[in-house]
Amino acid sequence: MTVDATSAAADDDGMDLRLTAREQAFAAEARAWLHDHVPRGLPPSGSADGFAAHVAWERQLFDAGWAVVSWPRAFGGRDASWVEWLLFEDAYYRAGGPPRVTQNGIFLLAPALFEHGTDEQRQRLLRPMAAAETLWAQGWSEPGAGSDLAAVRSTAVRVDGGWRLSGQKTWSTRASFCHAMHGLFRTDPDAPRHRGLTYFLVPLDAPGVRVSGFRRLDGDLDFADVFLDDVFVADHDVVGAPGQGWKVAMSTTGSERGLILRSPGRFVAAARRLVALYRRERAVASPLDRDQVVRAWMAAQAYQLYTLQDVTRVAGGAAMGASSSINKLAWSELDVQLHDAALALLGPRAELVEGAPDAVDGGAWIKGWQFALAGPIYAGTNEIQRNVIAERLLGLPKE
Amino acid sequence: MRFAFSLEQQALRDAVRDLLGRACPPAVVRAAWGADDDAAPALWPQLARMGVVGMTAPERWGGLGLGELELVGVLEEAGHAALPAPLLETTAVAIPLLAALPDGPVVDGVRDRWLGAAAAGRAVIAVGLAGAPFVADAARAALLLLERDGELHAVPRDAARLTAEASVDGARRLAWVDWTPSAATRVATGDVARDAAARALDRGAVAAAAELCGLGRRMIELTVDHVQVRHQFGRAIGSFQAVKHHLADAHAALELARPCVARAAYALAHDEPGTAVHASLAKAHAGDAARRAGRAALQCHGAIGYSFEHDLHLFMKRAWALAAAWGDAAWHRARIATAVLDHDAAPGAFHA
Repeated sequence: MTVDATSAAADDDGMDLRLTAREQAFAAEARAWLHDHVPRGLPPSGSADGFAAHVAWERQLFDAGWAVVSWPRAFGGRDASWVEWLLFEDAYYRAGGPPRVTQNGIFLLAPALFEHGTDEQRQRLLRPMAAAETLWAQGWSEPGAGSDLAAVRSTAVRVDGGWRLSGQKTWSTRASFCHAMHGLFRTDPDAPRHRGLTYFLVPLDAPGVRVSGFRRLDGDLDFADVFLDDVFVADHDVVGAPGQGWKVAMSTTGSERGLILRSPGRFVAAARRLVALYRRERAVASPLDRDQVVRAWMAAQAYQLYTLQDVTRVAGGAAMGASSSINKLAWSELDVQLHDAALALLGPRAELVEGAPDAVDGGAWIKGWQFALAGPIYAGTNEIQRNVIAERLLGLPKE
Repeated sequence: MRFAFSLEQQALRDAVRDLLGRACPPAVVRAAWGADDDAAPALWPQLARMGVVGMTAPERWGGLGLGELELVGVLEEAGHAALPAPLLETTAVAIPLLAALPDGPVVDGVRDRWLGAAAAGRAVIAVGLAGAPFVADAARAALLLLERDGELHAVPRDAARLTAEASVDGARRLAWVDWTPSAATRVATGDVARDAAARALDRGAVAAAAELCGLGRRMIELTVDHVQVRHQFGRAIGSFQAVKHHLADAHAALELARPCVARAAYALAHDEPGTAVHASLAKAHAGDAARRAGRAALQCHGAIGYSFEHDLHLFMKRAWALAAAWGDAAWHRARIATAVLDHDAAPGAFHA
């Protein structure tokens, strides 16, 4: 890698894939720290003990200044550029860092607070969120509102000093272990679907809240239903203006679908592990297995390059916009493809899970496969993303 | 780090798009199907006057001395127009190949005679590497650059015997070339020949990938227009999700291939060690994406697109041809597998 010490590459007009001296130094510092500190063999986060271990890791990250590198220093970040953020993500997953249990706060709620929150909210909420002192769950989906998010029926009624919330949220990841939830509630039953919604922050220990965990496809207790019965939420826990909830939520989906939730580092690291697996299993790999491995590796490279183009655009002041639907389609299909290739290599050992004596890589591939299968469903199903691409990028008429 | 084309590169590309929009509508492509050797005689001089034909030639030969980052945008527009002219062979491959050969009596003579003429649009140069059985545009070329037995030769077309091969893309001119190597035609041997041929293959693959991105984009544009006009069951068929999802998938695949092409162009321009892998990544993704766009376009046009009279096939058949030329997707995947899986030589996204 060449270091360009003299120019700030981002300001030049031409294509320049060298890292600046600053970017290079940032990446080296991140790699060194992560190499020394990333924990090995954390238990899954879907139990109280496992979750506590992940929270301890998040606190360690925060104390060293690596929890939210792209945030302002005032909130615990490093004012990192988009490129530096990508470099951090790459280093994090390269070092074997675990999935972030703070993600529904730092990646999903924080962008909405930066864009639509008040100064008071940012001062009060962001640091504890990044420090894993307040763990956040997402309260969007309901039994009757999944892809059709604007169909939410949970309600909030105006009272003195705040609101009273009632209804049921579901598929709320890690809510059993979280302190608070952010989500959409209907405040004006007479307004058109998207207009009558408001974005609320709900303490999960408030009277009237009941959280009931249930298991994911892989058996981990990672989902929960959240039942709300006349729960009081103060005015200062409304994000944006009442009735503007859809707009606030959309600022989250841009980041959820797009870059922030699933940076390329995660998949490039998985592709690297897949190549390592192929080398170990070469003797039993068929030519078709080999082709599947190389296809998956290639798809990871393409996604990474696509995101480099994104950060150049965003650094230049452009919004991600509807093209974030292409990111979502790409990373979710890529994750399935990477695991598919690994399972094909493993053949009869593919079904062995953690704890089985002959499980390869501790059963990580069949575990990861089950998680990857959620990708095309969450953060807006891929069918919804295809509609967005067709309607907003290609200009086709609505149904 | 900045991964985008410069404003000048974009301006050149826009200028080529404007020219081809006027000078190379589908009717011109269609006319090239029935023409003799020169598929579209008016286009080449126009592109030469604009500087496009000679853009890769050094200035001492009358060219613009531009590189791959300028070239791929221009080639994407050539693909978008299904340009029936040898921009890929002459401008993207032959001129840089000839310009980069080490000086020597034979090479100097070939360059003096042909390079300036090629850059000015007066002489087409065609290329036949060892792995390709046929040479595109050999019949209209003045000079053939041919690889055989580890050597490169510059053979005047008059000194070769050509047997025409008909392509499914009627605007393509393929020929089997029969020729006799001699000391007078030999321009490179040994490592020099091997490296020059390998680089020529990468240039051809990236150039074809760029054209394939343009072809795919054009087929999606044609289809987006069609599905908004065509009504069935009382509404535009473009409002149906089944149609939208075909086009969304095809569009996404193309949008993911384009940065691969840009990255490969950058690798070529900077002579990076991982250039071959970047070139293969670009060609395999672009070839697959363009073929997929063709399938989606044909399906969404329905029977209307399944007609020789409709323009769609002009673009679709070029995409089929270019996806298979300069190494098809399977060949490039195998080359990546050798580098990445067998030799642990995976290049990174950033400048190596």
